[in-house]
Amino acid sequence: MSLAILIILLLAGGVVAWQAERFNRDLPRWISLAAIALALLYFLNTVSGLHPDSFSLSPNPTEASSWLIHYQLDWIPRFGIRFELAMDGLSLLLIILTLVLGLIAVASSWDEISFKPGLFQANLLWTLAGVVGVFLALDLFLFFLFWEVMLIPMYCLIAIWGHEDKAYASMKFFIFTQVSGLLMLLSIMVLAWQGNVVNGQYSFSYFDLLSLQFESRYSFWMMLGFFLAFTVKLPGFPFHTWLPDAHTQAPTAGSVLLAGILLKTGAYGLLRFCIPLFPEESMQFAPIAMTLGAAGVVYGAILAFAQIDFKRLVAYSSVSHMGFVLLGLYAWNSLAIQGAIMQMVAHGVSTAALFMLAGALQHRLHTRDMNQMGGLWQAMPRMGACALFFAVASLGLPGLGNFVAEFLTLVGLFKVNPWMTAIAALGLITGAIYSLWLIQKTFQGEHLHQQQNTLKDFGQREMITMAAMMVVLIWLGLYPQPVLDLTQPVVDGLQSMFPLEPIFHGASL
Amino acid sequence: MTASDLQAVLPLIVLAAGATILMLQISLRRDLPLTITLTLLTFALAALSCIPAHDMTTRQVTPLLQADTLAILFSALFCIAGIITTLLSMDYMKHRGDEPEEYFLLLILSTLGACILTYSVHVASLLLGMELMSVALYALVAYPDRSILPLEAASKYLVLSAAASATTLFGFGLLYAYTGTLEFSELGNRLATLPAATNTSILVVAIVMCLGGLGFKLSLVPFHMWTPDVYQGAPSPVTGFLASVSKAAIFLVLLRWFIEGNLFQYAVLLEATALLAILSMLVGNFLALQQSNIKRILAYSSVAHMGYLLIILNVNDNRALASEAALYYLIAYTVTSLAAFGLLSLLSAHQATDENAELNTINGLFWQHPLLAGLLFIALLSLAGIPLTAGFIAKFYIFSAAVSGYHWLLLGSLIIGSGIGIYYYLRVIFTMLNHEDSPAAINETTAIQNGVSVKFISFILIGAILILGIAPQPLIEYLQSIL
Repeated sequence: MSLAILIILLLAGGVVAWQAERFNRDLPRWISLAAIALALLYFLNTVSGLHPDSFSLSPNPTEASSWLIHYQLDWIPRFGIRFELAMDGLSLLLIILTLVLGLIAVASSWDEISFKPGLFQANLLWTLAGVVGVFLALDLFLFFLFWEVMLIPMYCLIAIWGHEDKAYASMKFFIFTQVSGLLMLLSIMVLAWQGNVVNGQYSFSYFDLLSLQFESRYSFWMMLGFFLAFTVKLPGFPFHTWLPDAHTQAPTAGSVLLAGILLKTGAYGLLRFCIPLFPEESMQFAPIAMTLGAAGVVYGAILAFAQIDFKRLVAYSSVSHMGFVLLGLYAWNSLAIQGAIMQMVAHGVSTAALFMLAGALQHRLHTRDMNQMGGLWQAMPRMGACALFFAVASLGLPGLGNFVAEFLTLVGLFKVNPWMTAIAALGLITGAIYSLWLIQKTFQGEHLHQQQNTLKDFGQREMITMAAMMVVLIWLGLYPQPVLDLTQPVVDGLQSMFPLEPIFHGASL
Repeated sequence: MTASDLQAVLPLIVLAAGATILMLQISLRRDLPLTITLTLLTFALAALSCIPAHDMTTRQVTPLLQADTLAILFSALFCIAGIITTLLSMDYMKHRGDEPEEYFLLLILSTLGACILTYSVHVASLLLGMELMSVALYALVAYPDRSILPLEAASKYLVLSAAASATTLFGFGLLYAYTGTLEFSELGNRLATLPAATNTSILVVAIVMCLGGLGFKLSLVPFHMWTPDVYQGAPSPVTGFLASVSKAAIFLVLLRWFIEGNLFQYAVLLEATALLAILSMLVGNFLALQQSNIKRILAYSSVAHMGYLLIILNVNDNRALASEAALYYLIAYTVTSLAAFGLLSLLSAHQATDENAELNTINGLFWQHPLLAGLLFIALLSLAGIPLTAGFIAKFYIFSAAVSGYHWLLLGSLIIGSGIGIYYYLRVIFTMLNHEDSPAAINETTAIQNGVSVKFISFILIGAILILGIAPQPLIEYLQSIL
């Protein structure tokens, strides 16, 4: 029940923030902040009420009662559809990430929005509610519902408050996700129908479907349906083309949410649904998936280097970093999966910070073109320092979270496929090139912008949010053990259930 | 005919009596408020009379009509649709036509035709209902007498629709020549017992002719040419009625014909319907991309939706699930179409002459009339099949029916079609959300009355779409119980 309350809290907060606009234009953002903070506190309180030992127990993926929290309610019995929510260490981690980044998104758009601020905050909160739902839903119908429903407020954020080319970007974002989502729906339907054939009744529950024994010639295609939906969202090469457009056109808070958490729903889906539901097919498919991941790492990095638009550069760097997630997940060993999970968190924080910086620059300079920036450090030293910190975090400087993530992934991957590891390791080098290039073009070099002296540096509010994110990254970099401990039982549970390895044909690879 | 027989067809009797009374009232004294009151009363009574009719067991009332819960459910739905159309037409007709009283009479007659179709298990009652509904619709389409577009639409509809009816009639004639019966179920029996040596090619021709004629009424590709012009030319409330009630009634009778006549046994026929379905899904969605007029977009979208629905007729193994899916889809689609065209009626009610449903008329609508824009927003999301709306559950049903028969080709077309569909639905939504260009167009051309009835209709329709999408179980259970 507590999980359902969490979602309701965010939804209701959205409605209140929307209506609060009538009374005071500043009220919505306070309500939004309060709603997310309340949800976070409520969630932490719920979690702290759990028995401490339960966190170290490995949940059995097919046994709902072994999860931290499990809640279900009949919804559409005709199709065996239930309102089923459950939480394990992985969802716990991702929900905390979601809510913290939600707070940061509100802070990052504090005085950016002048048109209909109430509706803006409402859409922001509804997106968060959808994402939290995605991380918790374990009925596949419900999961699909949240998956689709979170798109609509996100679409509105881009379509209403976006920049010059928002029509194209929002449409592309929606169509990509929607069409791949329909393929996933088809896969879900076929899977549920197989269950109906075997058991004589429909069920969309993860726990039922996971233990479903069926010999089906469709399972490869079903796996592909899931894979496409999640890879488009991740985004994996070559399905990433919506991402640079959507990021560039979205308002700052939209970019923060999109990069910070929406992309993680794709990674989460692969780990939670795609691989466990079709383990053998996935392992057969792993070489292709990993090739796509490695290609994404390199391709994203090269394209990032070629950009002159600040936000596009960060967007392509996301493609590169999410390639590591794809590699880590399909390597399917404990180290690599842990690396992928760490990457989800660390990339979420560092990229959110970079987009916040991009938004702050655009707010001040009214451009994202890096050729018109340069030498900004002198005018805005605090901002420059923050940018440098997150740029080096993003390039994987040891001591920060992203390094731990990429290192773990590469170590895990090396056992499986050294060549793939070598290619992916290039991402660390190219990452250094585009990240430093970003800093040089914007904050160092010659003064190019005319109103250099009138620019306002980061104020207290921005510095607090930046500092919070820095603390998280340093903590993840120096002492990642608590996070690893939290997700280790989940990874162990999956590993012991499906002790498989990616199947590479031919010894040369 | 016993009293309980009469009770079972009470909705038809009430509608017929209402039409008669209205005719007398108009001939005695023209009085618009009274006419509207009587119309609403007739629809309300007819809808209410479905409750006593519902208590009766399934029975054959004369060879023509079969009173079962299915017929009564849809009669009630059509009567409610009639009420909504009447409410939408009130303002609209005040500004068009000097004597709008007969408009409401025609509306009742058309609804009566649709209700007869729901009861129909016989070719005679099928034609009776279909023609009553269509002939009244020709007049309704042409009713606004001050502009040319409705007239053009009505002529086009009249000529083509009459040709389609004739084709259907010819097809049924051939079937009669072969089997010697006009009853659906008897037709099935006779077809099953035909000697094996019989030449079935004429049979197939006959059935395909019937299918073509009915396909015209459902505006399936390649019989869809009339749809955009008629949708655009007709007054918006009538378009809504045409898109929802007339489509649903025809599809219902088609479904009955297939089931009672057990036509699923003919592979050729199934292939023909599959072809029609695929063409409708792809061509309908594709042509909708090119439009800039909302009514034309919705017209092509309705072509595509009829294509989705036609998938049902291909699901042979799992007939119960398929019929359930069809009924749910029809109900969801009726409500959604009424909502979409309802908004257009409200928008154009005060445009003095021609209706203008170009995309730019709704530029920025969301910021000026949030409730109305919300209605169109929800309706479009439902048409696009986004979760939490009626349209999603309907599409989910089609998916599950098609998956149960492993119809990959149809499913593929469904996904491609839906993918294309998103684009034009989003285009309309984006225009509504636009807040940068001057939204003056709407202020000049339309002054929308935010009266009580407008709010009432909007809330009812939004509520219906969301409830069907969020809590579909009661309706599903009911549909399961009557099948």
